[in-house]
Amino acid sequence: MVGGLSVLGRLKGAAGVLALSAGMVMTPAHAADQEILNSSYDIARELFSDYNELFSEHWQEESGKTIEIKQSHGGSSKQAQAIIQGLRADVVTYNQVTDVDILHERGNLIPENWRERLPNASSPYYSTMAFLVRKGNPKNIKNWDDLAREGVTSVLPNPKTSGNGRYTYLAALGYAQKTFEGDEAKIDEFLKTVLSNVAVFDTGGRGATTTFVEREIGDVLLTFESEVNNIVAQYPEGGYEVVVPKVSFLAEMPVTWIDRNIERNGTEAVSKAYLEYLYSEEAQRLIAGFFYRVHNETVSEEFADKFPEVELVSIEEIAGDWENAMKVHFASGGKLDQLQRR
Amino acid sequence: MSTTVAGLSSASRNKPGKRVLPGFALSLGVSLLFISLILILPITGLIVQTSGMSVAEYWAVISDERVVASYKVTLWAAAIASLFNGVVGLLLAWVLVRYEFWGKRIVDALMDLPFALPTAVAGITLAALFSEGGWYGEYLAALGLEVAFTPLGIVVAMAFTSLPFVVRTVQPVLEDLAPEDEEAAVSMGASDWTVFRRILFPSLWPALMTGIALSFTRSLGEFGAVIFIAGNMPYVSEITSLMIFIRLQEFDYAAASAIASVVLMASLVLLLAINLWQARYLRRLHGR
Repeated sequence: MVGGLSVLGRLKGAAGVLALSAGMVMTPAHAADQEILNSSYDIARELFSDYNELFSEHWQEESGKTIEIKQSHGGSSKQAQAIIQGLRADVVTYNQVTDVDILHERGNLIPENWRERLPNASSPYYSTMAFLVRKGNPKNIKNWDDLAREGVTSVLPNPKTSGNGRYTYLAALGYAQKTFEGDEAKIDEFLKTVLSNVAVFDTGGRGATTTFVEREIGDVLLTFESEVNNIVAQYPEGGYEVVVPKVSFLAEMPVTWIDRNIERNGTEAVSKAYLEYLYSEEAQRLIAGFFYRVHNETVSEEFADKFPEVELVSIEEIAGDWENAMKVHFASGGKLDQLQRR
Repeated sequence: MSTTVAGLSSASRNKPGKRVLPGFALSLGVSLLFISLILILPITGLIVQTSGMSVAEYWAVISDERVVASYKVTLWAAAIASLFNGVVGLLLAWVLVRYEFWGKRIVDALMDLPFALPTAVAGITLAALFSEGGWYGEYLAALGLEVAFTPLGIVVAMAFTSLPFVVRTVQPVLEDLAPEDEEAAVSMGASDWTVFRRILFPSLWPALMTGIALSFTRSLGEFGAVIFIAGNMPYVSEITSLMIFIRLQEFDYAAASAIASVVLMASLVLLLAINLWQARYLRRLHGR
């Protein structure tokens, strides 16, 4: 976790955060008028600790009240489980739609139409899957088909335990569908080879980063474009290079408030404002600074040189919808299990 | 001597309320309550969670190909780790009991470190040490040995987290061994090896076996230390606890509990077997 720590150390406002893959972050203890809990995914720790400062100032100007925002980070499926089991988080900011859906299906904590409550299908920003390669790109990795080459080893989070890993799988699938034009046998063969070239399946995104950077395992790390860019910025001496493949997956970052909890906690107004403010220009600028792609046109033009052009394939194109994708590919006995069978 | 004790206890059993030690009813009540709250209730919970499944479903979950592969990996790794601990743990206990040396107290205290340390910390540290760029990994790689992110890494993690079980079960028995028997044997011309084989080992054997069995059962359930160093490759280095974790991530609580119940039963059967065996062995050893 040395990697995680030094990443954190760089960023102001995150001092004193000692967490493994999951942990609680609290802003310094002072008596705030209100308090909300944001349950989020593993690698959004730095983003939200900065956003919380921005929002606190905004909220104080707006309402004259001080707010304390607690952060809880971990694998987003694990986070969703905690909420179903009773964690009274006010808002969730996840990296996968299914982990929010489950809050409706299992816990009935939010309405079914939660995606319609905020702009862009409740996804204030998005990202895609990219590659991080070692200095000078010695294995010359440019695109998904390079991952199926012999002698190329990769590191990615386990698609069974991490949304991040599922996205990578879907991105590779999207590429294969386009390349092999629906030839199922070829698509399967390709995915099988890519999966068999994996050196380590970490359980979460940050774990995979640590394995690649600190343990020096693998030729390529597969994770979010945002994480990849942040690693490059964090380890200038490592000389890592970012490779964004021509085709990749549209990774939405859904957010919503938990109706049942905000009612009980009496935090309805502030929780909604917290998420709505994510769409403001200031917030979008901050988010883009963390290498996430944003919808705000002014901001995305400002940051255009940071984000190479890429054809983003959506879940609808790849598998119809999330429910179907989970059932066909990720459920036990599904496609992923079959491909990994020996 | 033994008849007096027996007589006394049978006498006191005849008169309720009059016991040698006071507070029996209260302490037994408290003990049973806590055993129920801490051990039996959680186990019942596990069974209740699986009870929604039919036998066929239960069997399908626990005999899934990938899950079975994880049993094999876990069992092999745990077996090697606990046998390794049997040898090394015995040596450590021997040194700690029989010799005086500078820093002995510190070594003795360090023995408990794997117990005290969060297993995740152990896992991260071991992965850092044994990966190719790490302090040990560098030299092991030169020998052609890859430890981190291979099944061997699992063995290392399991051996580390369960070593104290052997040391701490063997140590008190060694301390209690009277040196007279050994001295007598030596004075009658027995070699060191004969003394060890005929005098020491028969008394140590039950404790050592218990230690190894505890080490084994602990290794079966180890999670934190292992996932950081295992590489978690399906069919190669996935342990059973990770399969439980995976089922939970799929929001499949029943399947997770089903696999957990297999581990639980394996541990229970093993503990029971070792206890029965030990009781029989001791009876034979002492001729009772």
